[in-house]
Amino acid sequence: MTEKQLMRGSHVIGEAAVRAGCRLYAGYPITPQNELTEYMSGAMARLEDGTFIQAESELAAINMVLGASMAGARAMTSSSSPGISLKQEGISYLAAQELPAVIVNTMRGGPGLGNIAPSQGDYFQATRGGGHGDYRVIVLAPASVQELADLTRKAFEYADKYRTPAMLLGDGMIGQMMEPVVFPEPVDLNKLPPKPWILDGAIGRPSRIILSLLLDTTVEEEHNWKLVRKYESIARDITSAETFMTEDAHLVVIAYGTAARIAKGAIKRVREIGLKVGLLRPVTLWPFPKRVLIEMSRQIKDFLVFEMSTGQMLEDVKLSLEGRSNIHFYGRPGGIVSTPDEIAKEINSLYHRQHLEED
Amino acid sequence: MEKKVFTRPRYLKDAVFHYCPGCGHSIIHRLVAEVLEELEIGEKTIGVPPAGCAVLAYNYLDVDMGEAPHGRGAAVATGIKRVLPDRIVFSYQGDGDIAAIGTAETIHAANRGENITIIFVNNAVYGMTGGQMAPTTLPGQNSTTTPGGRDISRDGAPLDLSQMLAIARGSAYIERTSVDSPKNIRRTKKAITKAFLTQMEGLGFSLVEILSACPTNWKMSPVDANKWIKDSMMNTFPLKVIKDKTNEK
Ligand SMILES: Cc1ncc(C[n+]2csc(CCOP(=O)(O)OP(=O)(O)O)c2C)c(N)n1
Ligand code: SF4
Repeated sequence: MTEKQLMRGSHVIGEAAVRAGCRLYAGYPITPQNELTEYMSGAMARLEDGTFIQAESELAAINMVLGASMAGARAMTSSSSPGISLKQEGISYLAAQELPAVIVNTMRGGPGLGNIAPSQGDYFQATRGGGHGDYRVIVLAPASVQELADLTRKAFEYADKYRTPAMLLGDGMIGQMMEPVVFPEPVDLNKLPPKPWILDGAIGRPSRIILSLLLDTTVEEEHNWKLVRKYESIARDITSAETFMTEDAHLVVIAYGTAARIAKGAIKRVREIGLKVGLLRPVTLWPFPKRVLIEMSRQIKDFLVFEMSTGQMLEDVKLSLEGRSNIHFYGRPGGIVSTPDEIAKEINSLYHRQHLEED
Repeated sequence: MEKKVFTRPRYLKDAVFHYCPGCGHSIIHRLVAEVLEELEIGEKTIGVPPAGCAVLAYNYLDVDMGEAPHGRGAAVATGIKRVLPDRIVFSYQGDGDIAAIGTAETIHAANRGENITIIFVNNAVYGMTGGQMAPTTLPGQNSTTTPGGRDISRDGAPLDLSQMLAIARGSAYIERTSVDSPKNIRRTKKAITKAFLTQMEGLGFSLVEILSACPTNWKMSPVDANKWIKDSMMNTFPLKVIKDKTNEK
């Protein structure tokens, strides 16, 4: 382990990516994540075998990453909401061609050009695949600078292990935040598991093909089922969530990323006035921590979903609970960041409305 | 003993081409395979097929092949080459692929001087999707989306992408050839050889634009199609070395 240091969130992603063995980064400027692109330009230049490309568009960037991945490198691209929309074609191909890659989305207010304020409006896009076709992307939602480091490492590991794109979903708040962080040791690229599928020239072996065109519908069907089996094993292996003060809770707030930090602050406030409230924070948004939620619904009859959107994760909560508990929602879209006080008020009024003090 | 005059190049698979009779893609695939063999680079080559009639190029060329989304060949090839600078990387792209949807990727790859090779097959139509207008469709040429012929005041004039790429500083070698006749086929092979040599010597971006028949969508016999290349296409797209910086170093 290395020393604890104070660092900005977006730089932490970059440093963690380098330490995870990322050797090609391609990106196109967009606020609020330019610090990451800028960090990678320096970091890749310092490596003997690193490549940084300021691409002509997000389309080009994701396809450079796709090529690098075919060639066996750990590769990453990053952007913010409008740019992530452009990357979706490439992400669909990555999923179809079973290529590992890491994509960072620093979400901003939308739709359209929107604004550069923190938002969680891209949840659907991230967790439903995002591009065309029947696929999923691993989506990790960091809520602290330390977690940016840890989840960036994990994103590369998961992407390689399952040969599938993995996305880090944050926002400008976490990206700009300065917090202490301890990085894991850099990986030794020579010690990573071999990739017996890459395109590096057919020297002493039959030539290989990486494709997604499957004209025979039965072959395409089987490929889709194969992906589903993979997604099922991902869901079994990596689903993760944090719980906070849920043991005695009468009400549990469900929130991820920046919203979860705000919710934590609110929960600390309402605990002071005796309300028994806890937090469930999904760390993996896809796969969604459905089992944890079902388990929790045995005790908890009221959940409050809090998002910086008009209600997207809300659907996953409803799909998970299938009517088992009461689901309430509070959200603000468009880049508005609620304060802990605002959420505390919301919790307070809900708590009394539902007569939760009586339990 | 009978002399064998026509053998299968080492890097061409033993498969029957799905291309229509008289289609230029079959000839160009063969030329690429021959050049890879003659330069002894087949085993260190990675090819990037397009979306287009040549999407199935990986069924014929016996080298590592990684499919690119439509138009993104230059970006995918860039990613591969940057990771594996000692390998030979080429993309194979149609005119719609490279000169419409993939224009930006191609120009910027050339401008950065990416050390890759592009085989650009210009057949003046979108072949795979059934003969719609391409950026290279000639004025007056019928296509399924220009029923009265391409009207340049409405549809724009044919785009000379190779000329545009020549302006980019990073491009090293660009030549336009044709596969309409045995003589031009030989010239095309020379150009493909030179393009790969340019890459092998690390001189930068190389591209060969090849005028190629699509008898099916032109609604012509293969013989008439090749005549049309000579009589019509070559007026708009004259055969020539468009740029050659390979002697400068
Ligand atoms: C994003 C996207 N848009 C459209 C298509 C459909 N499409 C496939 S090939 C093609 C054009 C092919 O024409 P060209 O590049 O000239 O190659 P040819 O078939 O003539 O060799 C199009 C439009 C696609 N595959 N992807
Ligand atoms: S449609 Fe045209 S380009 Fe496509 S295979 Fe047939 S002749 Fe060749």
